[in-house]
Amino acid sequence: MDSLLDGRAELRLAAAGVGWVKKLRDSAAASFAEHGLPSTRDEDWKYTNVKPIAKRQFRPAGSSDEGVNAAAVAGCAIEGLSCHRAVFVNGYFSPPLSDLSALPPGVVLDSLARTLAERPQDLSAALGRVMPAESHGFTSLNTAYLTDGAYLRVPEGVVVEHPIELLFINTAIDPAPVVQPRNLIVMEPSSSASVLERYVGVGNGSYLTNAVTELSVRANASIEHYKLQEESVQAYHVGGLFINLERDARVTSHNVAVGGAIARTDLRAVLAAEGAHCEMNGLYLGNGRQHLDNHTQIDHARPRCTSDEYYKGVLDDRARAVFHGRIVVQQDAQQTDAQQQNRNLLLSPDAEIDTKPQLEIYADDVKCSHGATVGQLDSDSLFYLRSRAIDERTARLLLTYAFANDVIGRCALKPVRERLEQTLTRKLFHARDLEELV
Amino acid sequence: MMLSIKNLHASVDGKPILRGIDLEVKAGEVHAIMGPNGSGKSTLANVLAGRENYEVTSGSVHYLGENLLELATEERACKGIFLAFQYPVEIPGVSNIYLLKAAVNARRKYQGLDELPAVEFLKLVKEKVKLVEMKEEFLHRSVNEGFSGGEKKRNEILQMAILEPRLAILDETDSGLDIDALKIVAKGVNTLRGPQRAMILVTHYQRMLDYIVPDHVHVLAHGRVVKSGDKSLALELEERGYGWIEQQAEEIAAAVTG
Ligand SMILES: Nc1ncnc2c1ncn2[C@@H]1O[C@H](COP(=O)(O)OP(=O)(O)O)[C@@H](O)[C@H]1O
Ligand SMILES: [Mg+2]
Repeated sequence: MDSLLDGRAELRLAAAGVGWVKKLRDSAAASFAEHGLPSTRDEDWKYTNVKPIAKRQFRPAGSSDEGVNAAAVAGCAIEGLSCHRAVFVNGYFSPPLSDLSALPPGVVLDSLARTLAERPQDLSAALGRVMPAESHGFTSLNTAYLTDGAYLRVPEGVVVEHPIELLFINTAIDPAPVVQPRNLIVMEPSSSASVLERYVGVGNGSYLTNAVTELSVRANASIEHYKLQEESVQAYHVGGLFINLERDARVTSHNVAVGGAIARTDLRAVLAAEGAHCEMNGLYLGNGRQHLDNHTQIDHARPRCTSDEYYKGVLDDRARAVFHGRIVVQQDAQQTDAQQQNRNLLLSPDAEIDTKPQLEIYADDVKCSHGATVGQLDSDSLFYLRSRAIDERTARLLLTYAFANDVIGRCALKPVRERLEQTLTRKLFHARDLEELV
Repeated sequence: MMLSIKNLHASVDGKPILRGIDLEVKAGEVHAIMGPNGSGKSTLANVLAGRENYEVTSGSVHYLGENLLELATEERACKGIFLAFQYPVEIPGVSNIYLLKAAVNARRKYQGLDELPAVEFLKLVKEKVKLVEMKEEFLHRSVNEGFSGGEKKRNEILQMAILEPRLAILDETDSGLDIDALKIVAKGVNTLRGPQRAMILVTHYQRMLDYIVPDHVHVLAHGRVVKSGDKSLALELEERGYGWIEQQAEEIAAAVTG
């Protein structure tokens, strides 16, 4: 754990900035020094033990391309997805690997480091302000090291037609690096965009990604946000996505966890003004000994906001997952409509899920519901399919596919849907694609 | 002999259900199996299709000269056994057409054939959809999800018509059907009838047998075939009910255990 902090002095020198940035970093460093990494004694980390991360020696990632070239980027691309792309290697922006030439005028997509150096005043209203004041050690650590990442600002009234991809390619070169991207997305009033935040591991070694994204969605703006976590299987991933929604703002979030030995995402949305709406979809696919943890919190702070949360997980082998969905309806937030569903499919008797819905309702005129289910593949359905000549493995795949189908179907981008279908097939059934089996 | 069942005993959850079934079915024949509720008709059908939690405790089943009981469910299907379920399951998220395609190609793969080209597959499906007078939109709905009882049964017949089994077992496909639906089901079955195929019709009523005339009729009670005959046996059952059969079965059971 100390080794994580040792690099701090060095980084602080590298990015000595204006006063408010320095203050932000220093107070985060102080908070980290005081609290350290979370332990299983913390209620929010009861089921996720980060000791394997804490006891590892990580070095701060350097800002070189680490051998990642255009071919590697092409290899990570989602087939059929044409997008504006900002590429980050081990957390650092790589202009030559990025393609931002077709961005609509006025849209800013730049490296956070460069913006901090050249135009820090552009960031002062939002950076460090969307995320909650109280947060866990990983978030503090990210802020203490705050250096580079993506800065995206979609100006008022601008509709970005093509999706924007923030592609974080992480390499596992020895000694294992710690990669700490820090992203800020500001959707100015009445703007609209689709943004993919992708974490992709190349190579099979270990590393730690500790990412934080702040997303500010101003009045009447809308965003479809995808977080696709596809780290290498030996990597550790801790990510925070903090969202603030203003009046009539709309967010659709898709949070997909596929990779990582231990992966934890904290997703928090504050519905801070009337009429805001957020849809939160999640899919986690675990196998081997993976541990996938999603903590979500939706804060209904003001009246007449709606939220619809739908998380599904499929776990095989000895994989373990955690879903904690907290919904807070403040006293003021009358006429809230908040729905939450968490459904889990266990493909093996050794797979495990801890699911915990938590509703805290302080208003009286609200419509809230939640439900959580854990089940196996239905044996009657399996028999039915097999009696139609379909072999057992394909039958299991078809039913698993059917299970995940509706949450995948919520993704507006077809290439992403296809990618997820393919991931499910390859990861859990070791087949190239469904068509190969049937 | 296409199917030869000898002294078949089977248990479900440790409870003996089939207590010595003997049945021989030749290619080209249609056999009707009748009997009161709970007599073991569905259990027999499921054992033949290979349901795993149905444990065969003694006896043998041979199908086209092979020991059927050693084959996995899907192998049996690949070799031409088809069960039209009494209660077809609903499978949300798997479309009917996808199931059909997977089934057809699984069979072909087993037979060493290439996948059926998409155009031919669609042609085949459309032809059979017409045969069972189903709306094409049903193809794109999830398997049986939200289907009425009659639609589910018709869907079973559609699958049967497309898979063209050697041995079709229809488990109360006639129950709950109105007369028009019954005629459609009968048409589907009769179209498939031929010298190479055989059928076992499990039914509670003789009504369906007006449309699909069986070569043999067997009555099952308490897990045994207690009476076999021709079509006239079905009419007799219709008239006299199952009471006298049950009584006979109890007497046999008493004789066996006593
Ligand atoms: N899954 C099961 N578990 C326990 N008992 C069963 C099960 N399925 C059927 N049975 C019992 O087996 C007997 C025969 O049932 P079944 O074969 O369905 O009869 P039929 O189809 O002739 O009405 C009944 O007593 C029924 O309760
Ligand atoms: Mg029955």
